[in-house]
Amino acid sequence: MIAAPRAHVRASSIFFALLRRDMRVARRELPFFLLRTTLQPLMFVIVFGYLLPRMGFMGRGYTTALLPGVLAISLTFSSIQSVALPMVQDFGWTKEIEDRLLAPLPIVLVAAEKIVAGVLQGIVSALFVLPVARLIMGPIPDLTFAHFGDVLLITILGAAAFSSLGLFLGTAIQPQQIGLMFGVILAPMIFFGCAYYPWQGLSAVPIMKYAVLINPLVYVAEGMRASLTPTAPHMPLTVVVVALIVVTAIFWMLGRRSFLKRAVG
Amino acid sequence: MRALRKVYKGSGKAKRGGSGQSARFGPPGMSAPPVGDVVALESLDLDIHAGEFFGLLGPNGAGKTTAIGILTTRVLPTSGTAIVAGADVVRQSVRVRQTIGVVPQRPNADLSLNVLENLQFHAAYFGIPFDVASKRAFELLERLGLSDKTNSKMAEMSGGQQQRLMIVRALMHEPDIIFLDEPTVGLDPQARLDLWEILRDLHRRGRTIVMTTHYMDEADRLCDRLAIIDRGKLLALDTPRTLKSRAPGGTLIELVLDGDAAPAAKVAEAIDGVSHVEANNGLLRVQSSRGGQTLPALIEAAENSGRTVTDIHLLQPSLETLFVSLTGRKLG
Repeated sequence: MIAAPRAHVRASSIFFALLRRDMRVARRELPFFLLRTTLQPLMFVIVFGYLLPRMGFMGRGYTTALLPGVLAISLTFSSIQSVALPMVQDFGWTKEIEDRLLAPLPIVLVAAEKIVAGVLQGIVSALFVLPVARLIMGPIPDLTFAHFGDVLLITILGAAAFSSLGLFLGTAIQPQQIGLMFGVILAPMIFFGCAYYPWQGLSAVPIMKYAVLINPLVYVAEGMRASLTPTAPHMPLTVVVVALIVVTAIFWMLGRRSFLKRAVG
Repeated sequence: MRALRKVYKGSGKAKRGGSGQSARFGPPGMSAPPVGDVVALESLDLDIHAGEFFGLLGPNGAGKTTAIGILTTRVLPTSGTAIVAGADVVRQSVRVRQTIGVVPQRPNADLSLNVLENLQFHAAYFGIPFDVASKRAFELLERLGLSDKTNSKMAEMSGGQQQRLMIVRALMHEPDIIFLDEPTVGLDPQARLDLWEILRDLHRRGRTIVMTTHYMDEADRLCDRLAIIDRGKLLALDTPRTLKSRAPGGTLIELVLDGDAAPAAKVAEAIDGVSHVEANNGLLRVQSSRGGQTLPALIEAAENSGRTVTDIHLLQPSLETLFVSLTGRKLG
């Protein structure tokens, strides 16, 4: 066959083309994306951060625990969904991803690009929810933006951990079981993820306090507390950062393996 | 391709050996696969020349798509090697992808993007800037009769139009070699003829084309050379003309009976002009140099054996009859 020498295309330039494609699609679907990923946490904010405190059922201090948790839910679930849903759809029936798998770059970079796109979408959703939630709940005791660098770090690490989880779930789960992913994996994760209550509060039920540590959402929520409401009870930031790096590494390795298995027969 | 072999592990055995991989390089051995495994390719050897229009012909399940999958780096061979444009499909897959364009069996355009964006982004995946890509996209869309679809979404296009778009997309990065996997399946007759013309044109412009098909006429009219494969094995490899001349002489007659054809087959062997007889349950297959003139005697033989003839087919010497004589079954 022809062995014509060809100008080598840099993998980084292809990587950015893939990212550009995902950003264009995300920009176009932004309203639906925000609706899908932030409506549920915002409704929670309305009920538990606005209505119940006004009815006198909740102490006003509860919003201090709630805001970082809601932020954690929004960013992690937008990351997980923005990676898992296209994976399920692309590998399951539309096969759209095949064109990208035929691009002249190592296939693992196609997976890595999805993680980066997922992180960016997590950041967007956090940026959207933070002011809206603050607006609904009114002034929040102990809230500070003095440690914005830490907030950003937790946002990126949390989004990376859940994008990697999304890569794993999206490639390991059969398309017909996608509903199960929400019901059996994501819903318990939200309720036992220390998003609606601080981890320290679980001292009342010690067995729960240690059981929930396998839930990665705990570290994102506690990390948000450590950086947004540092005077309220929270896990040490160092513990959170190390945990999120470990979780990201584990899910990336699992996700990468299952992605490659789907991508190359 | 050298000694190319691909075994898909049976689902019940996928975890065996603990590797978790469905396909791996291994020593080239021809030992019988474990129960449940599917051998898609069995030691396939092929050389395809630059500038050639090459056809892989075989029925569904013959291993054509697996062969294309390996050559386009999307499937890992279990053993054996394949070199495309001087690069190994496993060890140098990025280099291979650089030189090939792939037209899939089913259109798989990016549904979130319109036609032009699909082409621009495809080109960008090959390092081509958007402005260069747009110019090329307009030219190709024009050439393939899609210029009015530039801003359309996939849902607004017919199957034939989407298939043509797949060809445009495969050409965007100017590949030397184009792989097409059953490109005309599901197209109406006119769209099919249009597509043939497009492929001939590409071939005239110097492209190497490798196409799979299970349509005899398509293979016959388009391809310089053909490989007939079935059940993962290469059965014949030559130009369509030579292959047709190898087809067994005479007419192939098939009689469908309402019961076992074996007793009738015994009688049929003695009929004048009959060179080859085969019985397969209710199917009586006869090669005859006297064509249809053999029919009355055959029907009589069947009825004398207590069977009724329910259907009759006559096939003139062709790729089809060659295929039937090689594999014992029909295409498609």
